[in-house]
Amino acid sequence: MNSRYLPLIITALVLGLLLAAGGYFFNNFLSLRVFINLFGDNAFVGVTAVGMTFVIISGGIDLSVASVIAFTTIFIAQTVQDGMHPLLSMTFALMLGLLFGAIQGWFISSFNLPPFLVTLAGMFFARGTGFIINDISLAIKHSFYSETIRGLAIPVAKVGRAVVRIPFTAQCLILFIIGGTLLAAFTRFGRNVYAIGSNEISARLMGVPVDRVKIMVYALSGFCATAAGCVVTFYMQSGNSSSFVGLEMDAIAAAVIGGTLLTGGVGWVAGTLMGVLILGTIQSLITFQGSLNNWWAKIFIGSLLFLFISVQQLLKHRLKGR
Amino acid sequence: MRIVGIIIFWLAMVVFLYGTRRSRNVAFWPLLALACLLLFNLFFTQQFYRLELREGSFFGIPVPQLYGVPIDILNHASKVGILAIGMTLVIAVGGIDLSVGAVMAIAGAMMATLSVQLGVSPAACIAAALAAGLAAGMWNGFLVAVMGIPPMVATLILMVAGRGVAQLVTDGQIIIFNNPILTSIGNAFLLVPVPFLLMLLMLIATWITTRGTALGFLIEAVGDNEVASSRAGVSARTLKFLVYVFCGFCSAVAGLVQTSNIRSADANNIGLTLELDAIMAVVIGGTAMTGGRFYLASSVAGALLIQALTTTMYAKDVSPVVAPVPKALVILAVCLLQSERVRRLFIGRRGTA
Amino acid sequence: MSGETLLEMRGINKTFPGVQALKNVNFALRRGQIHALMGENGAGKSTLIKVLTGVHPGDGGAMSVEGKAIAPASPREAESCGISTVYQEVNLIPHLTVRENICLGREDRFAGIIRWGRVWKRARKALDRLDLKFRINLDAQLSDCSIAVQQMVAIARALDIDARILILDEPTSSLDEAEAEELFRIMRNLREQGMGIVFVTHFLDQVYRVSDTITVLRNGELVGEFPAASLPRLELVSKMVGKNVDEVKKLEKRVAVTTASGRKTVVSARRLGRKGSINPIDFDLKEGEVTGLAGLLGSGRSEIANLLFGVDAADSGEMEIDGRKARPESPAMAMRFGFAMLTEDRKFSGIIPNLSLRENIILAMQAKLGPWRKIPPRKANEIADQFIKALDIKTPSREQQLKNLSGGNQQKVIIARWLAVHPRLLILDEPTRGIDVGARAEIEELIQKLREEGMSLLLISSELDEVVRNSSRVIVLRDREKIAELSGDNLSEQNILHVIASQATEDAVKEAVQ
Repeated sequence: MNSRYLPLIITALVLGLLLAAGGYFFNNFLSLRVFINLFGDNAFVGVTAVGMTFVIISGGIDLSVASVIAFTTIFIAQTVQDGMHPLLSMTFALMLGLLFGAIQGWFISSFNLPPFLVTLAGMFFARGTGFIINDISLAIKHSFYSETIRGLAIPVAKVGRAVVRIPFTAQCLILFIIGGTLLAAFTRFGRNVYAIGSNEISARLMGVPVDRVKIMVYALSGFCATAAGCVVTFYMQSGNSSSFVGLEMDAIAAAVIGGTLLTGGVGWVAGTLMGVLILGTIQSLITFQGSLNNWWAKIFIGSLLFLFISVQQLLKHRLKGR
Repeated sequence: MRIVGIIIFWLAMVVFLYGTRRSRNVAFWPLLALACLLLFNLFFTQQFYRLELREGSFFGIPVPQLYGVPIDILNHASKVGILAIGMTLVIAVGGIDLSVGAVMAIAGAMMATLSVQLGVSPAACIAAALAAGLAAGMWNGFLVAVMGIPPMVATLILMVAGRGVAQLVTDGQIIIFNNPILTSIGNAFLLVPVPFLLMLLMLIATWITTRGTALGFLIEAVGDNEVASSRAGVSARTLKFLVYVFCGFCSAVAGLVQTSNIRSADANNIGLTLELDAIMAVVIGGTAMTGGRFYLASSVAGALLIQALTTTMYAKDVSPVVAPVPKALVILAVCLLQSERVRRLFIGRRGTA
Repeated sequence: MSGETLLEMRGINKTFPGVQALKNVNFALRRGQIHALMGENGAGKSTLIKVLTGVHPGDGGAMSVEGKAIAPASPREAESCGISTVYQEVNLIPHLTVRENICLGREDRFAGIIRWGRVWKRARKALDRLDLKFRINLDAQLSDCSIAVQQMVAIARALDIDARILILDEPTSSLDEAEAEELFRIMRNLREQGMGIVFVTHFLDQVYRVSDTITVLRNGELVGEFPAASLPRLELVSKMVGKNVDEVKKLEKRVAVTTASGRKTVVSARRLGRKGSINPIDFDLKEGEVTGLAGLLGSGRSEIANLLFGVDAADSGEMEIDGRKARPESPAMAMRFGFAMLTEDRKFSGIIPNLSLRENIILAMQAKLGPWRKIPPRKANEIADQFIKALDIKTPSREQQLKNLSGGNQQKVIIARWLAVHPRLLILDEPTRGIDVGARAEIEELIQKLREEGMSLLLISSELDEVVRNSSRVIVLRDREKIAELSGDNLSEQNILHVIASQATEDAVKEAVQ
């Protein structure tokens, strides 16, 4: 067995155990509906985490994503209220997100600044501009949201009288996961991202356009965060510039639990999906249990992080040992 | 009377600036920025410098206390200032500590819970909270110095789990307390706010411990070139470990201050995102993220600058929510100033061998 | 066997701040030729290669490949001119698979999607051209492969881009005998296919086993190009170290250093060794004596120093310090035994670049005292000033950042750092590397002065004359083994060269017999 897939296997095992535990303790836990909701409710974390996975694989970090999501929701809410069609508004938002990420990437690559500080600045900047647009929670009222998006849900099964549907948000997540996997495994850009994160000097010597790839990576992360913001509006149907403080850490945690190495060079989009599902499952377990408290989730996630980081550390030492 | 006060203040400021410039102290730059901001307020913000002397109490003893915007700045900057002291040393050895906010929450939760639910004496509550901070620091230090995990990854664990631990301690409740001693830490005045005095005390104590002994020198050596330092016999691992422990301690103190200030332990919100402000204060203070030379007083000046910026915007009736934007610009400006490549653009042309 | 000229470099110059690394160097490579590039440290081998591969731009001179002028500004441009390099520290991506490494940046695509099937075939084809005896798993992660396999992969990558010129920079230094032999077989194969190979190495017998031509550089200058078959081993060595054979024969020791009999032994090592770095070795270091370690690069000189100073742990043998069994486990512990070591790589493990001269000088002393007993500023200033004066360190002030000083002065500062702790044994690993002549003489004088004061010194240098001049006893190393210990009348450059060269011949003979 190839040991480099070990983190991925552990992730899958943990997810399986959590789901099994849920099924054992609670009657309806392993139902199709709960499973679909797991995808739907965590779609925005997942979409953000896809971009974050690329950034981390390249050896960087992006702290700005949560603010970008909040910015996107308020941007869409405000422009729709001002009479713009949601689709147009989303297109603008996505372009802005792409540009914003690219600018962060440009600062990081061309001035050789630490990604941590640049994206920290980006985080404050996006949060502040969101507030400038509007500092209250704004409902989105548009037929596109109330009808079109809902109509896009795909019915998959009938349980009793109720029809189980895959909501559009879950579809978005699946789309991004597939897209991210293809991008990582089947494009030159994807390979270059891995190469930079693994050994930047070698990558440069082997002819990888390091600076350009870095800009593209952060642009991708900005794009994913904006897309996550759009996904949020689909089920919140409102925009709020003060929401999702600290979500960047969830995205990072999801990536790390999914087997992505925070020092770069290793990671799988599929692993990140599992990481997101693990975080979501812990959340639903707590909801199902009722009396179990939210903080156990945090402690459990922290312990999981410790487990994965230790495994990676051991693998690294084993490799060095030879 | 007020005019005299302002004149004295500005004379002091000028002397201070001149002194730091002459001694080539890095604190000059954040102080200069702070001075510019205060000068701006002198001319454009009404009532900014209005100070009132009121009758207050210090642990039950009547003492005079000052009220006014500048005092607010000192008061609010203290938490980040205290955090920045610990963070400065961590960054100086080439590390980073993301968990300080969560450790603040743990310390606050310990203090409040012990006092309210178990009726423990205030001194024991404080000691327990500080011990919790030290323990958290040891955990981080163990991961970084012994296990060799990159600092950002290692401290992420406690950043995520720490808040959960804090909630576990408070059982998810917001614990309100009104023990006069515990509430005094964050609210009492001794002419100026006690948190500010606490920050000054920590700054001076830390300065003496690092500069009065060889600790500071050895920390800088390890941060600048760890391999060379350990070849010269410096025990780099021990130093790294100690520095994280100290940072945990500082976080606990900052946690006590904030918890006491709001008279309740809210595990969810105490110290939220303050790790970022602390890192920012250190970077503004001139300590490089790559480690090496560190400047404690300058980091504290950085914390004051951040707070002054926020307060000025409140005073100017700029919606408080816009505050992050100038923060972002400050970080970016400082980063660019410290970037080798940008420096080369300006200095390198002149050709220093 | 050699065909037309493939690569020509004429009048190459390269200056780094303060050093002229290459002076008017010419180099030519023919089709189907294995051309060895030889020279000791600082000779300019790696600079020449970096100019050729576009890592450093050259300051002057012309390069051409198959008659067409080239001026590569990046490794990528050099690759497109058909020049590919395999570095000692293999520059590939550790976390990617073998197949991905071979084709990185040049994957076959259809509408932007990589066709892994084709990439797989291409990688297989490139590896097949190497005609390996074993099969490399294309889907193994590179960091799971041995260094030897990684090197094969790097060569395969070169073949995949249809390189006509292959540069192998110290390829064998991490390989064992069988692996090196396999590499040579591949090199010969590629030579048959018409490729030109530049082979940089410091192993003498390996040069003679595969090379057609040898170019020797010394101190950034071209010594000459010689056919391998007509260049005797001794002559090659003497050219590398900068003495012609007659001169070597005439050389006598300039400093008469008496063998120290009856002096107190500080360190005595028996069968001391560490797997993969130095084979078990015996030696004694005595008070008031300079012991030299001679041998070519990679012979195990620095490895011995690292064992003594506790940087690496020995895994076999014993060490006695002052007659008592002891083994330093860390530099701090070695310092408690009274050891001090000037490391080989000043930048990596010597200087603290952003701290002041004063702080650099008192560092070891302070580390020995521990963090709590601070050296008072006035005393620190005194110590710094005293050493600045005693060692004649040229600096505007003791508060100057060390990174702003020249190499020679930096070296003196680090020597001062160690003298400040009054060591009993001072290990000097390449104390004069990258230092101008004046400073060099001063350091040598200092070594003699310290010896007279009764210090025990271990001197490691690739400059043979320096070792001979300063030592009363020289341990000669080759291929991680002690092959001789010379002292008294036997100690001369000539003898050392003979020992190194003859031993090499014996090995070659032994191999031929087997």
